[in-house]
Amino acid sequence: MTTAVADAHAAEDHDDHGPTKGYKRWLFSTNHKDIGTMYLIFSLVMFFVGGAMAMVIRSELAVPGLQFVHPEFFNSMTTMHALIMVFGAVMPAFVGLANWMIPLMIGAPDMALPRMNNWSFWILPVAFGILLSTLLMPGGAPAGGWTMYPPLILQTGDAFPFLIFSVHLMGISSIMGSINVIVTIINMRAPDMTLLKMPMFVWTWLITAYLLIAVMPVLAGAVTMLLTDQFFGTSFFLAAGGGDPVMFQHIFWFFGHPEVYIMILPAFGVVSEIIPTFSRKKLFGHDSMVYAASCIAFLSFIVWAHHMFTVGMPLTGQLFFMFATMLIAVPTGVKIFNWVATMWRGAMTFETPMLFSLAFVFLFTIGGFSGLMLAIQPADVQYHDTYFVVAHFHYVLVPGSVFAIMAGAYYWLPKWTGHMYNEKLGKLHFWASTIFVNITFFPQHFLGLAGMPRRIPDYSVQFADFNLVSSIGAIGFGLSQLLFVAVLLTAKRGEKATDRVWEGSHGLEWTVPSPAPWHTFTTPPKARIANESFE
Amino acid sequence: MIRKSIMSLLGLLLASTASADWALNMPRGVTDLSAETYGLHMMVFWWCVAIGVVVFGVMIISLFKHRKSKGAEPASFSHSTFAEVLWTAVPVVILLIMAVPAAETMVKLEDTRDPDISIVATAYQWKWHYEYQDEGIDFYSSLARPSVEARRKQSGVDVSTVENYLLDVDRPVVVPKGAKVRLLLTSNDVIHSWWVPELAIKKDAIPGIVNETWFKPNEVGTYRGQCTELCGKDHGYMPIVVEVVEPEAYQAWVDARKDGDAKFASAQ
Repeated sequence: MTTAVADAHAAEDHDDHGPTKGYKRWLFSTNHKDIGTMYLIFSLVMFFVGGAMAMVIRSELAVPGLQFVHPEFFNSMTTMHALIMVFGAVMPAFVGLANWMIPLMIGAPDMALPRMNNWSFWILPVAFGILLSTLLMPGGAPAGGWTMYPPLILQTGDAFPFLIFSVHLMGISSIMGSINVIVTIINMRAPDMTLLKMPMFVWTWLITAYLLIAVMPVLAGAVTMLLTDQFFGTSFFLAAGGGDPVMFQHIFWFFGHPEVYIMILPAFGVVSEIIPTFSRKKLFGHDSMVYAASCIAFLSFIVWAHHMFTVGMPLTGQLFFMFATMLIAVPTGVKIFNWVATMWRGAMTFETPMLFSLAFVFLFTIGGFSGLMLAIQPADVQYHDTYFVVAHFHYVLVPGSVFAIMAGAYYWLPKWTGHMYNEKLGKLHFWASTIFVNITFFPQHFLGLAGMPRRIPDYSVQFADFNLVSSIGAIGFGLSQLLFVAVLLTAKRGEKATDRVWEGSHGLEWTVPSPAPWHTFTTPPKARIANESFE
Repeated sequence: MIRKSIMSLLGLLLASTASADWALNMPRGVTDLSAETYGLHMMVFWWCVAIGVVVFGVMIISLFKHRKSKGAEPASFSHSTFAEVLWTAVPVVILLIMAVPAAETMVKLEDTRDPDISIVATAYQWKWHYEYQDEGIDFYSSLARPSVEARRKQSGVDVSTVENYLLDVDRPVVVPKGAKVRLLLTSNDVIHSWWVPELAIKKDAIPGIVNETWFKPNEVGTYRGQCTELCGKDHGYMPIVVEVVEPEAYQAWVDARKDGDAKFASAQ
């Protein structure tokens, strides 16, 4: 019986058929590479949409006084910028990388659940279409901050239910994506690839996917309670009806803190692939990297209230959250030390992916330092809700997550397109980004320490100097990203890429041709052979 | 050095629009606890600098020495139990060194017992209301008139000519030097947050909840802060001003306020 089915399949000759032509290839796609490409393009578009909002924010803040926008619209911009960058740019970019690379790295023919894969992508344009449409609604786009704290968020106009619905859709998309990642990794690895032999990018994504499944339903619950408070007369968060506004913050940050690691763990994975390649040396302490990432994931569930040191918690609670938060520095330190040890006595070259990864290690560490400072509760009372916090999370998200995504894009681009990208343009993009990102965000530390609160459209003149510097940097950073578009547009003009692409690369993804054919690994490969040849 | 010269150059360029008193660091403040907070901030900062010098130092040496263009041959090690135990244990010790003084300060911050003065601050969109519990004084405190006019979009007012632009109120909080002031915070609508950097106090004002915090100013002066929890469109326009005066001046202010309130009430 089984043989008969297999024979029937062989007769249909599935191996050779290529993609359907036209829009149907993309709309109905179940191919992990096509879906990965769509995710990546979508996230790049969102990166520019969210970036345009950042330009509005920084233009208004360039000099004191109100020049361009009204305070309500300014608040909409900060809210939408955050929602779009978090859920529309950073997260889908990592899912795109996961879709493209996880099957190639573990020797699987595709993602385990290809039809669900199609859904989890196509929900996103709908979700963000809804979210962006709120800009045109009476009462304007949501302006209560991406954290959606009640009661303020309940003052949103007609946009409110659309905000909730789009957040629900984003959550559904993320959950489906992460189920797919977990099932693929657990079931479809090359037969001789044991868990601890998996590449770091696969490992960090496995952990990230579990985090997503754990916390996205929590966010969905929180926003649903907002919805019923607004429309169905419940009082989950309304003091007048016996509810508690602070409870929302606890629930939100129980989602929100793991969310932070959802956006950085895959970045750790990307960088852990790239640094060994260009150091021509194996990743130092592979297993301890796995344990460190798992520790970070566990700790991320028990530190949420460090976002809430000023809401008035009992002393013992605050002590617990301070100590737990400080502990995160230990596994994070292990990661950084291991990357440095990987470089140590290697034979390094500095192609664009390596440059972005090195900047990641430097600048993410600076974000980590300010994170450690923020963990100290009495000092956090001073830093909380100031530009110091803005500087901190932009350091871990922009030269952190975004640089890692850029590094990954440059690293795997030749495998995707079959051609080497323009290295000169890539390096220019790197240097412009790195210089401007620091001009933008470093002065914000000073602004926060000097007393400038975040989310304000105008400020006292003593903050003028650094705000202007920051705005100049932001415009420079925004323009620099157009260089990346230029790199992509010219990506197919370079010389043909070899299968291995990079001299020091190792792993299964480099054993398939460049560009990777539409179907790969229809028979499972031997992971051991792929690794041995580079040792 | 280079940064310094760039900054001073920018400073010159901006001299016309900006005031000269910009700061780089957290203020030391005027209470014992604000000084302690500043000390914690600087302690952690210098630890970070020290760790940064070591980590970045090793990395930079590696970046220059271990490059292929200099003929470096890659080593084959990928594991060292000793190193890994070391760089797990050392950070734990450093964290303990930081955690102990931080916890001590936290305990003091939370001790709101035995206040000399209790003030109930109620937040509104977008102003503060203060009620001195024992003195029977209460008043609203809103953004000062000159700022209100200058803050409008394209108001045509050069904001650098407005004194304490966005940081001045019509009626400041007045407290005596050396008194332990307990602040009881709540809100009438959405969540706000009461922050004065020089007092190192930031606490949320939440509807349905009364939060407590305290400060004991050691120096006479005027200290300015702002609402620090997004509270709607005029979030940036509800500053806080605390005037710390000598005890006699405070008593005079209390008497004058009571007198004024009584006159106002009888005129009604």
